[in-house]
Amino acid sequence: MAGIKSLEELKALRDKYKENIIGRDTSDSENKIRISVGMATCGIASGARDTINAIIDEVSKEKLTNVVVVQSGCLGYCYAEPTVEVRVPGKEPVLYGNINAERGREIIKKHIKNGEIQKDWIIERTFKNI
Amino acid sequence: MPNYRMNLLVCGGTGCKASGSSEVVEVFEKEIEKAGLKNEIQVIVTGCFGFCEKGPIVKVTPDNVFYVEVNPEKAVRIINEHIIKGRIVEEYLYKEPVTKEALPEQSDMPFYKKQIRIALRNCGFIDPENIYEYIAVDGYQALGKVLSEMTPEEVIEEVKKSGLRGRGGGGFSTGLKWEMTKKSKSNQKYVICNADEGDPGAFMDRSILEGDPHTVLEAMAICGYCIGANKGYIYIRAEYPLAIQRLRIAIKQAYELGLLGSNILGSNFSFDIDLKYGAGAFICGEETALINSIEGGRGEPTVKPPFPAQKGLWKKPTNINNVETFANICPIILKGADWFNSIGTEKSKGTKVFALAGKINNVGLVEVPMGLTLREIIYDLGGGIKGGKKFKAVQTGGPSGGCIPKEHLDTPIDYDNLTKIGSMMGSGGMIVMDEDDCMVNIAKFYLEFTCDESCGRCTPCRVGNMRMLEILKEITEGRGTMEHLEELKELGQIIKDTALCGLGQTSPNPVLSTMNFFWDEYVAHVKDKTCPAGVCTALLKYYILPEKCVGCTACAKVCPTNAISGEVRKTHVIDREKCIKCGACMATCRFNAITRR
Ligand SMILES: Cc1cc2nc3c(=O)[nH]c(=O)nc-3n(C[C@H](O)[C@H](O)[C@H](O)COP(=O)(O)O)c2cc1C
Repeated sequence: MAGIKSLEELKALRDKYKENIIGRDTSDSENKIRISVGMATCGIASGARDTINAIIDEVSKEKLTNVVVVQSGCLGYCYAEPTVEVRVPGKEPVLYGNINAERGREIIKKHIKNGEIQKDWIIERTFKNI
Repeated sequence: MPNYRMNLLVCGGTGCKASGSSEVVEVFEKEIEKAGLKNEIQVIVTGCFGFCEKGPIVKVTPDNVFYVEVNPEKAVRIINEHIIKGRIVEEYLYKEPVTKEALPEQSDMPFYKKQIRIALRNCGFIDPENIYEYIAVDGYQALGKVLSEMTPEEVIEEVKKSGLRGRGGGGFSTGLKWEMTKKSKSNQKYVICNADEGDPGAFMDRSILEGDPHTVLEAMAICGYCIGANKGYIYIRAEYPLAIQRLRIAIKQAYELGLLGSNILGSNFSFDIDLKYGAGAFICGEETALINSIEGGRGEPTVKPPFPAQKGLWKKPTNINNVETFANICPIILKGADWFNSIGTEKSKGTKVFALAGKINNVGLVEVPMGLTLREIIYDLGGGIKGGKKFKAVQTGGPSGGCIPKEHLDTPIDYDNLTKIGSMMGSGGMIVMDEDDCMVNIAKFYLEFTCDESCGRCTPCRVGNMRMLEILKEITEGRGTMEHLEELKELGQIIKDTALCGLGQTSPNPVLSTMNFFWDEYVAHVKDKTCPAGVCTALLKYYILPEKCVGCTACAKVCPTNAISGEVRKTHVIDREKCIKCGACMATCRFNAITRR
């Protein structure tokens, strides 16, 4: 290991390793955007792992610190897997279906960053949570 | 670097390790490998979460799910259900003790709700054996800032303004102490971190060192820069092997990255840190005794002044601070004195870490803002008294402190309030007692501790405490008189006034404070020869309850002194002259017909 010679070098090192920490920070979680990817058997079989990894990759590339990416169980929309739900605090959750890795990245770029909901990919909810 | 989408934070503190967290880590790693998720899921061994009662603790992020009492079997299920399929395993969550409702999120748990974590901010969050994890959470930024942007005077001013007071017991202003040491002229000065932690039941310093060793190293270097020292020692008791191991790793990594050693971060400031091991004597936590011990002498205190700030290690000006004190420094530098002094009470700023122990539901470590009440800590965070029993007292300040009764439960806790009610902050031990604890016996326990730990140098402490202990023994064995009680008070006061060091000067406190608040209990022991809590065996008397006794003769047969007599199928009686109070009869009786009072 080479020594760190200046505060600037130390800061660069911090920024590099920060990515590793972001996902761990659960403080203030109620005010963050929560993206959950359906990762039950049906989701995984349709490629949800690629989707979630692409989403996470995009989130960290864009350095979005207000986003939490989690996996969830089966939501019952097996025909539309992989499913991705986006919950922006204070807004109605949006549920997308048939989201592959590429669409996952699009969601981050368009919906999360620019607030453009991708209408074509939304699946209608057939039930309401109480 | 792989981009992990999930973290399994497993507590690797001494408490959780003892309940098997290392095996849990092994299972996690094996199962994750098996599932082919090695590049997606990360297992991190962290420092203490504080919730030792329910260890081993596993926290899953970013989901923020908190599993308790995890074992290897549960670990396999957590991987298969939660990690692979996204289904939280409800059964393993922490359950609200009253409603029995499972609480998935750490922030929902009452244990964590009122905590503010400054000294413990990284415990349970980063891997203490990896310096890059510390760097990622702004590690060594405070040192960098100080070296490149601030003069020693400015740093000391900031620390003074923060209002930080020593967490090792005395509560002296940290900024002032640094200033005093800075002002002492010398070609050589030292920084010492006091990690002796001798109070029975205290483990906050150990947890900080195990969970976040770098923050202490960084703060010591900052202190060195301020006072003009380039050498630091951490005096740590040898009974803390895990903390020592993590410190060694941290020191090695800090040297490798040039964050310790010469010309730190391109400045002309150099700082070295070494470990010194203590053999676990309580007195060696006292600063002058500690210095003697590092120098290779006997761990005995010397008279102050001169203070270590004037003449300390090897007669050179030395700044000694406690582990927790140091753990507060970096946040003060980075976030500012005004942020820090907005937390707490008028004269006690910031937070304090307490080790909750005794008859309390949630045994563990909590960090709360100064000014919270004892009731909030014991009932909200601590979950109340074990087994639904009645609260009797809480002991704070260890062998130097006192017992606080329920009248004072609503006192906001800070240095001055605790002193006012006859106890003290001490290092932060908090031992909760219920109706089954005898206060005379508790006082005796602490005095036994001080008698064991007294170095013997000054007469008041060596002889005085022993004499007090003898009197307490008389009282608990039924030979006490009212004169004894007067003598205890008088002797206690003399020892306080005349002992050489802090150990002797505070050693009568547990006796004096229990006499003050639980006088009736002392009188009951002396006059009625009874122990109301039923603890002092010599004062207990065994009775046979006529309404329950069926005359089975079992007790009479088992009594070793033939003290029990009675005809078959008739009520038996105990001859109190012959009874040696062994309890054999009570253990034998199948009808609960024998009690002791
Ligand atoms: C008998 C006795 C034992 C002590 N034990 C400790 C100890 O274990 N840890 C500690 O930090 N301070 C202990 N102290 C207090 C130290 O003497 C000293 O005040 C403290 O380390 C200063 O650091 P601070 O200003 O950061 O609190 C003890 C004092 C006495 C009188």
